[in-house]
Amino acid sequence: MDRPVLLHVAILLALTALGVGTARAASPTPSPARQAQLIHLVRQDCGACHGMQLSGGLGPSLSPAQLADRPDSSLVATVLQGRPGTPMPGWQAFLSASEAGWIITQLKQGFPPLPPCDPPAATC
Amino acid sequence: MRPTRRHLLSLGASLALAACAHVPSPSPSPSSPPAGGPAQDTPPLRGTGDLGLVIERASGSVQLVEHSGRSALARITGLGDLSHAHVVFSRDGRYAYVFGRDGGLTKVDLLEARIDARVIQAGNSIGGSISQDGRLVVAQNYSPGGIRVFDARTLAPIADIPAEYAPGKVSRVVGLADLPDQRFAYALFDGNEIWVTDLSDPVHPSTTRYPAGRQPYDGLATPDGRYFLAGLFGEDGVSLLDLWHPERGSRKILTDYGQGSEKLPVYKMPHLRGWAQAGGEIWLPGVGRHELLAVDARSWQQTARIPLLGQPVFAMARPDGRQIWVNFAFPDNDWVQVIDTDTRQVIHSFSPGKAVLHMEFTPRGDEVWISARDSHEVLVMSTRDFSPRARLPAQSPSGIFFGHRGQRIGM
Ligand code: HEC
Repeated sequence: MDRPVLLHVAILLALTALGVGTARAASPTPSPARQAQLIHLVRQDCGACHGMQLSGGLGPSLSPAQLADRPDSSLVATVLQGRPGTPMPGWQAFLSASEAGWIITQLKQGFPPLPPCDPPAATC
Repeated sequence: MRPTRRHLLSLGASLALAACAHVPSPSPSPSSPPAGGPAQDTPPLRGTGDLGLVIERASGSVQLVEHSGRSALARITGLGDLSHAHVVFSRDGRYAYVFGRDGGLTKVDLLEARIDARVIQAGNSIGGSISQDGRLVVAQNYSPGGIRVFDARTLAPIADIPAEYAPGKVSRVVGLADLPDQRFAYALFDGNEIWVTDLSDPVHPSTTRYPAGRQPYDGLATPDGRYFLAGLFGEDGVSLLDLWHPERGSRKILTDYGQGSEKLPVYKMPHLRGWAQAGGEIWLPGVGRHELLAVDARSWQQTARIPLLGQPVFAMARPDGRQIWVNFAFPDNDWVQVIDTDTRQVIHSFSPGKAVLHMEFTPRGDEVWISARDSHEVLVMSTRDFSPRARLPAQSPSGIFFGHRGQRIGM
């Protein structure tokens, strides 16, 4: 097995340990720890395209006003499956349906801010 | 003793740094005032050749750093939303122009460690560039889509060029690059075109349009300013414009380059900037592929594909062209791989921290600075033996920009 493959395995194991990859059977409301991870994911990694303030970038604004009249089910489907032909990727390898639902609910209400030092670390 | 300006400056800097709990004891640097030294009204005398900025994306701040002593000199706050921030430098090396996501354009005085001027120039921006003569700063915007031109001294607006590619249809702009003769090239993500705007008479800009292919997502100019390349998201291939022969128009190269048939989700768009011309080849991150591509820079044919551990975001060449350093999109963003351009082998794979967002070489490439956003740390490493040389605390660091960019074309 070459090094990249080993690395990949290591990453997958690490992600699994974090519960990133295997939350498929999660309960309807994510645990507080998982919520913190999801807030981090949305602001930082979705933020790569939608902006950290979720005010838009390559992807559109995800503000409550923007999403208000979209049905939750179609937004959840967009998050999980992506939109072919656009840069919006599907996140179902990392998010369960209930987690995607929680994200959409939060987006429609005004997404929670990141805590000042996120993720917590000794250096800040 | 009456607090002098210099003391206030260093006090301000230490207070700002103290906001972060574990601050390195300020390492001796040319600008730290000697303890009990004579008070002055001007900042200490120093050069600018080793100065740079580290973006702290979540807190709207930047750290002023120097790479000779690998230290942070000050933190400057109040720069707004710095997700996807970009920095260019004045040619005298004194000023940095920081482009923020929220349309903020901030001129930072690196010698005085303070904001010299700041404007909100658009609603949503992804970067900018500076003209060949250093007098014009140009921002590229998503909203309103187009480019805007400012006086580099005062940030007063000079020209506004909406990317209106069809009546009433305005495109988001990507890949803005400065070119010789006061020109700028950029690509229209929604308009599927490459535009070249001549600002030699800045109040009367003139723009030439070229077809690009579907959804150009980033662009770059070769270090000699001759070629502009736009990577395509909506189809395979790269659009190429020879600026020595613009009359020949744009053409498509590398029709193999792209997502191909088995499209993988792309969790982060690759950046083409920072690419390398090494031994007559250029090296590009594959879009949606776990690959780095080598391309012959004369024939524009692909010469190699190097398998990587994830989707590359940046492929940055060490200034001598011997190594390419690659970071990755989510979920592989804790990793960095180094490729030897001679043997075309991956020679080092390691994790410098969590969520690696950017890498910047010292001007001659002896060291590389790597930002690890979720470790809140910048790691400085030797590029010769990969040994760590320093770790600097920073809050959610993203881009690292050293001032020698101010002396280069297309940065
Ligand atoms: C690589 C870029 C990219 C990333 C990363 C990304 N998105 Fe998107 N997203 C887009 C684009 C582009 C669209 C618009 C698609 C279209 O044109 O219909 C979009 C659309 C959406 C929409 C539909 C909005 C609407 O008004 O219809 C939602 C909801 C959304 N994204 C949520 C997310 C979430 C949540 C994440 C992170 C888990 C995320 N996106 C990550 C690019 C991205």
